[in-house]
Amino acid sequence: MSILVFAESAKGKIKKAGFEATYFGHLTAQSIGGDVISVVIGDTTNAKDLGKYGATKVIQVADQRSFDSGIYASILAQLATENGATTIIVNHSSSGKSLGGRLAVKMAAGLVSGVNSVPVMDGASMRVKKPVFSGKAIAECEITSINKVLTLMGNAFPPLEVGGPISVEDSKVDCGSSVYKVTETKTVDGVVPLPEAELVVSAGRGMKGPENWGIIEELAQALGATTACSRPVADTGWRPHHEHVGQTGVAVRPNLYIAIGISGAIQHLAGVNSSKTIVVINKDPEAPFFKAADYGVCADLFDVVPALTLAIKKYKTNA
Amino acid sequence: MNLLVCISKTPETTARIAFKDGNSSFDTDGVQFIMNPYDEWYALVRALELKEQHGGKVITINVGDTSNDPMIRKSLAIGADEAVRIDADANSSFFVAKQIAEYAKANDINIIFTGKETIDYNSAEVGGMVAEMLDLPYFSFVSKMEHDGDKAIVTRDIEGGVEVAEISGKFVLSAAKGLAEQRIPNMRGIMMAKRKPLAVIPAIEAEGNVKVNKYELPPEKAGITMIEANDMDRLVKLLNEEAKVI
Repeated sequence: MSILVFAESAKGKIKKAGFEATYFGHLTAQSIGGDVISVVIGDTTNAKDLGKYGATKVIQVADQRSFDSGIYASILAQLATENGATTIIVNHSSSGKSLGGRLAVKMAAGLVSGVNSVPVMDGASMRVKKPVFSGKAIAECEITSINKVLTLMGNAFPPLEVGGPISVEDSKVDCGSSVYKVTETKTVDGVVPLPEAELVVSAGRGMKGPENWGIIEELAQALGATTACSRPVADTGWRPHHEHVGQTGVAVRPNLYIAIGISGAIQHLAGVNSSKTIVVINKDPEAPFFKAADYGVCADLFDVVPALTLAIKKYKTNA
Repeated sequence: MNLLVCISKTPETTARIAFKDGNSSFDTDGVQFIMNPYDEWYALVRALELKEQHGGKVITINVGDTSNDPMIRKSLAIGADEAVRIDADANSSFFVAKQIAEYAKANDINIIFTGKETIDYNSAEVGGMVAEMLDLPYFSFVSKMEHDGDKAIVTRDIEGGVEVAEISGKFVLSAAKGLAEQRIPNMRGIMMAKRKPLAVIPAIEAEGNVKVNKYELPPEKAGITMIEANDMDRLVKLLNEEAKVI
């Protein structure tokens, strides 16, 4: 009845998502019992740190190839069987989402995707919650099969240290071979990717033009936040598409989302309404976004944003 | 090339979300249903473009009852050559995936397209399940895909970037923004759609092992605190002490 966690890594390091999934494995173990086995695929330098977040065993599979959901699912399923794990946890990330369905089929497991609650057992069934309708409701799901697969919503359980580093076991599990080859991986360095960001500064058409984005970047920099934008801004080419937050773009769930000059169309809200705290800066008092916000400033953004940047800098200097 | 596009029916984006029967089921009263936008705008349109380039046919597939037919006809009006409806209640991802996989197996499909997720359950499960059932490679969140008739160059979105892969042979993908541009059906398309084949076939048995017991609405926001434009120090203080986010 152990719990197997896939701890994601990139460029030789465990990602924050990997610690998050492991910590969620720890919380799950406290609720339903069992050990927490974290699996790392590829060589990393800090897999031992998974012990700090609750892993009772860490297995590293030496595999230098790029992500292939078929191969990764096969590795995880083999290790689950070898270690008597019946609950598998992956992140609700780009990799995790492509693993969830495969693992469910491979292991005849019930799958709940994007969970944001610690599961509980009810007899032989597992109950766990997930947001549905783009965050407008929460569903309580029941998994009735013996094997269970959960994909964990990002930023739902910030990882806390509950132990110390532990030794890493190498696994010689058979990896099989990929039928396609990855030719290129392009990622932006030095910036927290939007789906993982805890602080997001986002701006919309109220900015009037791309040449005015300097104040947004300065605010983001002062906060250590990632920049984002609304759909019209991305569609007109003012900002790159990967910054587009909303229903068709990236869904974010940061601790803080600052919306500047964005009216708050329902499609935009669908991508941001899981944010813990929302600040809206807009000069239109009728902007629908104010209804979804925790804090609001109804004034000209060209006055407010530089003032907010100054206030943040002052706070950071004194803190 | 035979291209299979999975289309799902979802409540329209602005639909009021409410529940009935002791919060155990979605209240569809007064709700408008549409084709899931990722399926319609990106998956279907990219499949049509590939067909226009290389020949072959585009088939749309849906699991549902006769009330889904207008949506399925819309996929034909946009340009699909034929459609299949599996006559059953789409009650779980596993059940739906099983129907699609069985159809694809029997019909020599080269590429299976799904949307990146449906806008109701946001699960992103069916594509991976179909790929596993058919033992095919799966690319999720594909924002670009070029095909020269032999091999495809597939670009998928990953956190903070993209990954590009090269593949010959069959595969499954889930479509994200960027893959294609939405097409609006024209009158000629709508007229032609009426004469295109829509096959209704019985479901094969498959038992899902997840069910939704009940729904709840998220906790209400406490209400908004308005802050004067000349008092950003107060906003910073509130973010730090009250919201505890900085």
